[in-house]
Amino acid sequence: MPTRAPVRPSRPKAAPARPTGSSYAVERGRLANGLRVVVLPDRTSPVVAVAVYYDVGMRSEPEGRTGFAHLFEHLMFQGSANLAKTEHFTYVQGAGGILNGSTHVDYTNYYEVLPSNATELALFLEADRMRSVALTQENLENQVAVVQNEIRVNVQNRPYGGFPWISMPPVLFDSFANSHDGYGSFVDLEAATLGDAQAFFDRYYAPGNAVLTVAGDVDTAQVMQWAEEQFGDIPGRPVDALPSFAEPPLTEQRWGVQEDRLAPAPAVALAWRTADPADLPSYLPYVVLAEVLTDGDAARLQDRLLLKDRTATSVGGYLGVMGDPLDARDPTPLMLEVHHAPEVPVQRIVDTVGEELDRLATDGLDADEVARTVARMNARYLRDIDPVLGRATHAAVFEQQRGRAELLNELPTLLAEVTADQVVAAASTLRKDNRAVLELRPTGGAA
Amino acid sequence: MSAHELPKAASTASAGGTVTRSVPALAKPTPLKVPKVGDTTLDNGLRVLVVRRPGVPMVELRLRIPFAGPRGNRGAVHSARSALLSDTMLSGTADRDAATLARDLQAVGGMLSVGADADRLGIGGSVLAGGLKGLLGLLGEVLTGASYPAREVKGERDRLVQELAIHRSAAGVVAREALLHRMYGDHPYGRDLPDSADVEAVSAGQLRKLHESRVVPAGSILTLVGDVTPAKGTALVAEALGGWTVTGAEVPTPAVPEQEGRRALLVDRPGAVQTTIRLGGAAPNRTADDYAATVLANLVFGGYFSSRWVGNIREDKGYTYSPHSGIDHAAAGSRLVAGADVATHVTAPALLETLYELGRIATVPVGQDELDQARRYALGTLALGTASQAGLAGQLSQLASYGLGLEWLREHSAALQKVTVDDVLAAGARWLAPSVLTPVLVGDTETVADSVRALVELETA
Repeated sequence: MPTRAPVRPSRPKAAPARPTGSSYAVERGRLANGLRVVVLPDRTSPVVAVAVYYDVGMRSEPEGRTGFAHLFEHLMFQGSANLAKTEHFTYVQGAGGILNGSTHVDYTNYYEVLPSNATELALFLEADRMRSVALTQENLENQVAVVQNEIRVNVQNRPYGGFPWISMPPVLFDSFANSHDGYGSFVDLEAATLGDAQAFFDRYYAPGNAVLTVAGDVDTAQVMQWAEEQFGDIPGRPVDALPSFAEPPLTEQRWGVQEDRLAPAPAVALAWRTADPADLPSYLPYVVLAEVLTDGDAARLQDRLLLKDRTATSVGGYLGVMGDPLDARDPTPLMLEVHHAPEVPVQRIVDTVGEELDRLATDGLDADEVARTVARMNARYLRDIDPVLGRATHAAVFEQQRGRAELLNELPTLLAEVTADQVVAAASTLRKDNRAVLELRPTGGAA
Repeated sequence: MSAHELPKAASTASAGGTVTRSVPALAKPTPLKVPKVGDTTLDNGLRVLVVRRPGVPMVELRLRIPFAGPRGNRGAVHSARSALLSDTMLSGTADRDAATLARDLQAVGGMLSVGADADRLGIGGSVLAGGLKGLLGLLGEVLTGASYPAREVKGERDRLVQELAIHRSAAGVVAREALLHRMYGDHPYGRDLPDSADVEAVSAGQLRKLHESRVVPAGSILTLVGDVTPAKGTALVAEALGGWTVTGAEVPTPAVPEQEGRRALLVDRPGAVQTTIRLGGAAPNRTADDYAATVLANLVFGGYFSSRWVGNIREDKGYTYSPHSGIDHAAAGSRLVAGADVATHVTAPALLETLYELGRIATVPVGQDELDQARRYALGTLALGTASQAGLAGQLSQLASYGLGLEWLREHSAALQKVTVDDVLAAGARWLAPSVLTPVLVGDTETVADSVRALVELETA
């Protein structure tokens, strides 16, 4: 028996009502060509993150060109007027930095994190490709092959590959924009031409369609000056008004099936449309709701499915097709994902989730449950924005989609203002008759 | 790097004309700053490291407890028990059940997770700065009184068995298991995940015994990084964990078997659209004389995007998406693992290029520019790794478990700066030559075996 001093269990002090948050300086500017610049100076570490967000994502790619936005992202790394094919990489890494990019439903981003003495270099690199990316047939063909391998490793050769971020949208949505596979079909990828790439660049990569964010060990005035020197001569060009991707809500349940020969056990995802993310007071209750339902062992669905019924292997929930609650515009889903043993019928899982949502809508929840949920959301969020890159990317998308990089500091307060009644109201909109269910069925033998 | 002008590239898509511009020079670099570390060993033997790192009002926590097991079947049983212990340590104490523990943790804005590898049990956490006392209180309660209730243990055991089946359906996991087994045999490093059969045999009683005998403070290291001072942090830990006084035997990880080149193994994955290629071998540890040279040799070969391997099989030939080679450290011996997932129809050509690049780094001196480029990357990314609370906590905690401090970062920096082309050649020959590595492929045997046999002797499984 372990020897221990007698411990009187005491309830740890609950998180304070006023959330602890951050107070990063947020400065902004705008060049004549329309490029928005956001600077977040912070001298804690001698590092800097530079991110450029273009307001175009998978939703904007044309029919017959699924996967194009992501393919184009790859092409942006293949050289520009003053940089040969691999030089973007060699310059960033030679300066001691790391780099990447990513494509989402509503934006494509490019970023690097470097020692802060390379800030001007990073701005040069981003400006050079914004001004004149080098598009060649050879690079196009090469990157099509690379993307096909990316799809193979992340989707085709992977159990649960694409579940549910590729396979749920066609169940939940009807328009091409919202429902197609953003990684792309091999046919569409191989059909992409240089002309397509040129047109895409001209239309979506204008400076006025971009936000440049710099976070870390920098001086704001110096960054603004460099931004003007590097980006200022890129001519502005017209930016189309953003189309709405809205579509009518579901009027009855939809049920899709994804067969998977590699998965050893079944899974099911459920999705509902949420309030418009542009309307934060209406939308944030859904963000909190997802955590009330699935954040850790104290959450509603973990408690019911894992601890009590023991019908599930794992439970997850999040907002947005790709898991970031605040980086997509309307329409966007609240998604629940449950993995379970083959012996448990999928209908049982679906019905149980429905019961828990009904119970929440009927019996409500108390302020304590909301407070502890928000306390941990706050902790996770702060942890995300501690590194310079997390800060830069959050500020960038807040600026691009809401015009308010300051949300970086304000978000914890806004989350703390969500009430139990609002969470309950959000839960009551997640019904049987407007949900999309996607069932994953294992069909293979051994992998 | 000096500013210079580059010729214009041909056929550019451009809105702004083809203006020739010069690449800006780097400004003067800031030297690597090593923060002050509060370092105290409590009466119970627990070593407490605290670094105040302002930023967000959070504190990161890492607790590392030596947890090695023996070789052979007893080691397999230990691995299964360790895995289930990790999954049930937070399932209840004498005073709180799982749900209450979870609620109280959430209420202070805290997160805790438990995991085990072949050397250590690790408890990681983070918490709002104001909740540090609460988090430590819960941690102390778990360390001294985790109760492993029978019902929770049964439920988690079933879940773990299901999760293991899911993990093992992934090509990367299959490859990793095959590689480690081939390299280490029945040594604890020869297994990554426990066997389901061993997990099914674990009882709650065995978990309690394992906890009593091995979850001990002496030899363990608790690291705190964030919005807390060393004095305050140490005091809070002493208060919360002072009652954790159990003692136990020291169980070191057994010595690893010598590594040598082995015949390639092909594991069948019928219908696979990619072949998962892995090559493994021994590597020097952080304090070895040729560690810095090996880091750079590995970088030039395949350790970052600007490497030869990436340039070859991804950017030139499009065979793959993300080839990568790196060094993993472990208590009884470090290892190097290179991996690429290549399209099935180019398996043999990709393997050929891989052997070519490995052969090249082992036998042909690298260019000075290439070496300098890799060196700058290695030096620069050292700073990046510690530029956040979580990054610093992980780095400090890791180094401490190897008997090293943050000064090692400065020493490693200095060593990197001295590495010569000859040093890289020697390191390449010793650690990256094809003849010293163990290749494992997971792919569609029917499609790829014959062409791979044209290159290497092959065993199939």
